Amino acid sequence: MKREYDVVVIGAGPAGSMAARYAAETGANKVLLLERDREIGVPVRCGEAISESSLKKFVGVNSQWIASIINEVRFVSPAGYVVDAYTPARGFILHRRLFDHYLALQAASSGVEVITKANVEFVDEYKDGFRHVFVDIFNEKYTIKSRIVIAADGVESRIARQVGIDTTVKLKDMESCVQMLVGNINVKINRIEFYLSTDLAPGGYLWVFPKDENSANIGLGISGDFSNSKHAIKYLQEFVKTKYPDASILTTVAGGVPCTKPLEKIVDDGFMVIGDAARQVNPMTGGGIALSLAAGKMAGEVAGLAIKEKNTTADFLMKYQKEWMKTYGAEQKRYYRLKEFIRTLKNKDFDDIALNLKDLSPEKITLTKIFTLAVRKKPALLVDVVRVFANI
Amino acid sequence: MVVVNESLCDLCGTCAGVCPANCIKILETKVLIDYNQCVECLNCAAICPFEAIRVSGEEVIKV
Repeated sequence: MKREYDVVVIGAGPAGSMAARYAAETGANKVLLLERDREIGVPVRCGEAISESSLKKFVGVNSQWIASIINEVRFVSPAGYVVDAYTPARGFILHRRLFDHYLALQAASSGVEVITKANVEFVDEYKDGFRHVFVDIFNEKYTIKSRIVIAADGVESRIARQVGIDTTVKLKDMESCVQMLVGNINVKINRIEFYLSTDLAPGGYLWVFPKDENSANIGLGISGDFSNSKHAIKYLQEFVKTKYPDASILTTVAGGVPCTKPLEKIVDDGFMVIGDAARQVNPMTGGGIALSLAAGKMAGEVAGLAIKEKNTTADFLMKYQKEWMKTYGAEQKRYYRLKEFIRTLKNKDFDDIALNLKDLSPEKITLTKIFTLAVRKKPALLVDVVRVFANI
Repeated sequence: MVVVNESLCDLCGTCAGVCPANCIKILETKVLIDYNQCVECLNCAAICPFEAIRVSGEEVIKV
């Protein structure tokens, strides 16, 4: 480890590894990637689903870390009505542990130095073209100088707030999630399932994502403003016990998913924030892998360019913020409006939507059709539905 | 005062994300709360997926 870097990235999830890699490939010579935990990619606090198009766009497809290929989507209403949506696009369930290893190794191949068990305590203010990163590595304290610091520290997003960017999530916009990797069950390996019900997951949904024929990620998220009276773990324990009484529970993890509007500020002098830490998550689905890959690449390229041009001020790094808002900002706002509306739906509304679709032929039951029905009491949202589902 | 039940805590960081005082720090094996900064809004206790955060003195003693 050196004492001075062009770029230090805090957090080796998908956003962080992509940022480090692209910074190194674009113009930064000395790039350091710091991971707090003992192993990159662990624990897996993620449903592990991503669309084929996003994966191909940012990483490519590698059978090593693909668990299952998805081409069916099922929704289950509160009363148990089933809606199978027609989806021409495919998706994947990943092995996130292996996927994250792969991304970090890609960064390493591009010249990035990777260190685990590195806990960043503090990042100081920008002065004379540098920030100092105070980090604890295997119980030894180090101070590292860096021209650019990229915070990819996930849902807690402590570093950005510590340098003055307010990333705090409102309680109602944080999804409190629990997921179990469940074995000894029968699932359809090419189908993901969503349960919508205020009894199962108020202000959120429950998911069943198959890892193979006999195991699945079963998880749920509930909105923070419902969480105080009954916490996420209780909802999931009840569901699994009722629905899969013979299940073996191999893993139980907690997690939070920020489902917010896009942040207005994601850069400062010598500083950028990306991924979950920058709340770059689809606020309706809670999906974040693809957006993290996108943000990491975008921020990494701007960081590399900034080093090459010898200008690491907020003015220069603003290229990343502007490009982000241009490419994904409007979309995140649309998804947020849809999420806010879906929150207001009652169990009866979900059942009505399902009943309405009962007599349609399968290829007519598209996501656009389902969501058009969902928003029929608020037609102003139709434009959002059409826009966000046009390419799915 | 909020207290973390370490045997339940999964170190997921969700509490930190909703903390308006940014006073919760997740380490690899434990959580640190800076009580000098805490504003006792109890967002952390509300959001915790595992119900691992409680207000001290609120514990019900089961006999």
